[in-house]
Amino acid sequence: MKSKQEYAVKENSLSDKFAPKYKDDFPILNQQINGKDLIYFDNAATTQKPESVLDAVDNYNRTINANPHRGAHTLSIRATEAYENAREKVKDFINAEKSEEIIFTRNTTESLNLLANSMEALVEEGDEILISVLEHHSNILPWQQLAERKNLKLKYLYPDQNYRIQLSELREKLNEKTKILSISQMSNVSGVINPVKEMIELAHQNDALVVVDGAQGAPHLKTDVRALDADFYAFSGHKMLAPMGIGVLYGKKALLEELPPFLKGGGMIEYVKEQDSTYAPLPEKFEAGTPNVEGAVGLQAAIEYLEDIGLDKIKEHELELTEYALEKMGELDYVEIAGPTDLEDRGGIISFNLRDIHSHDLATIVDSEGIAIRSGHHCAQPLMKFYQLNSTGRISFYLYNTKAEVDKFIESLDKVREVFGYGS
Amino acid sequence: MDLNSVYTELIMEHNKNSRNKHSLEGADLSEHGHNPSCGDDITLELKFDEDIISDAAFTGSGCAISQASTSIMIDLIKGKSIEEALELVETFIAMIKKDIKDPQELRKLKDAMALKNISNMPARVKCAVLSWYTLKEALNERN
Repeated sequence: MKSKQEYAVKENSLSDKFAPKYKDDFPILNQQINGKDLIYFDNAATTQKPESVLDAVDNYNRTINANPHRGAHTLSIRATEAYENAREKVKDFINAEKSEEIIFTRNTTESLNLLANSMEALVEEGDEILISVLEHHSNILPWQQLAERKNLKLKYLYPDQNYRIQLSELREKLNEKTKILSISQMSNVSGVINPVKEMIELAHQNDALVVVDGAQGAPHLKTDVRALDADFYAFSGHKMLAPMGIGVLYGKKALLEELPPFLKGGGMIEYVKEQDSTYAPLPEKFEAGTPNVEGAVGLQAAIEYLEDIGLDKIKEHELELTEYALEKMGELDYVEIAGPTDLEDRGGIISFNLRDIHSHDLATIVDSEGIAIRSGHHCAQPLMKFYQLNSTGRISFYLYNTKAEVDKFIESLDKVREVFGYGS
Repeated sequence: MDLNSVYTELIMEHNKNSRNKHSLEGADLSEHGHNPSCGDDITLELKFDEDIISDAAFTGSGCAISQASTSIMIDLIKGKSIEEALELVETFIAMIKKDIKDPQELRKLKDAMALKNISNMPARVKCAVLSWYTLKEALNERN
């Protein structure tokens, strides 16, 4: 018989009831891979789409599709409406003040490249850019190149032994030359959530502009760009149930107006003459070329789906899974967690290694059990180097994952050890 | 996918206890090979006696496939001429690309034939071919 306490834990466990309710909304999850029920633990790389997102995109293509902003005909007007409704939804999702502060891009990478390109107008030789060693390559390379072009200094923030970047570290690295701080909201390797609000406050005291990479943050953390006072905020649709190829750049209106355009072409102009041109107002100024309207429509549906459940509830569920997985993995002496094992300021991402087994072999073998996990350097080579790791395996959760899946994953680790001839 | 056809005993043995994994004192040539997307990283060292590969060894880190493939390759090319080794490289790469239909043609690869099934795993092909491309690069430098 179960003890009373055990029973209470079970009753209160949100996760046991939570995910199964939503999992059926995701047709892709209802399949077998290598003869086993698919367990999808690669959500930090990309997420799956619920019926409502698939339907919204399908309906757009079947009944609305036309080039927005350009035609006088009915479909073009409807496509424009669909596109602008999506923008309005995104504005509310991150609590921006104005819809023209929402620029649609392909993804976080493009948003960050846009910024590093256009912000060239705001920096001078000798200025400093501050990023952290936790960053994804997409929040490193654009700044490296800007630093090279303009002869700037690129400086790094480093985490402490507990994988967190302390505010004291930021205080130490900030100075009057710091013009830009670009920092991730959540690490895609360790799952650590940075104290972005406090970081922005400190940076602003030093008159630096702050770019927040929300690729891992936006899908999991209720984000209010005005409460954060972020100058810029970038994220991708595909990591939050929307299609690939739609991303967002938020910027404060006055700053976006100050920046020159990034890509040039159709849709972003006012007057074009033979030798010079003037640009359209925001947001079109930054949206050259025919946009991804079906992607925007899908993103709107994804936001509606997430808001219907509530990001706070999803986060709670992910943390329950994380706690459970960390506990189970902690019981295996051959598992080395490459990140924090506490639940403070973190999301549902766990990087780890199995002793004496490379993460690629690990990923291949658990895949034979139908379990999708990521392996490698996670586009964060400087961080891997900092921690002296060649690669890690990574599991990352979303609303549709369950404790039963974590159990199967833990079982599969024994199989990995077996294949390699180690006792479990 | 049958794991046993990939993680064969031979591959596991080469991965675990490779006698070829060490630095080579007095090497004539050292070539670095890297799979940037996954972090497999090897340095191949070669000694020559005229145009014969008299000794070879490697250092580095990577998955079982990359490590075993490197070790097996070294066993195969020791004592071979540069020309013979280059031919073996081409045969191995062709095997992985499934360009060779006649199994007889593969026989000269000896133990390296154990890696044939990697050709059915697109995600792991680059692990298997890394050292062979590195060797090709090194030998072309030498030529």
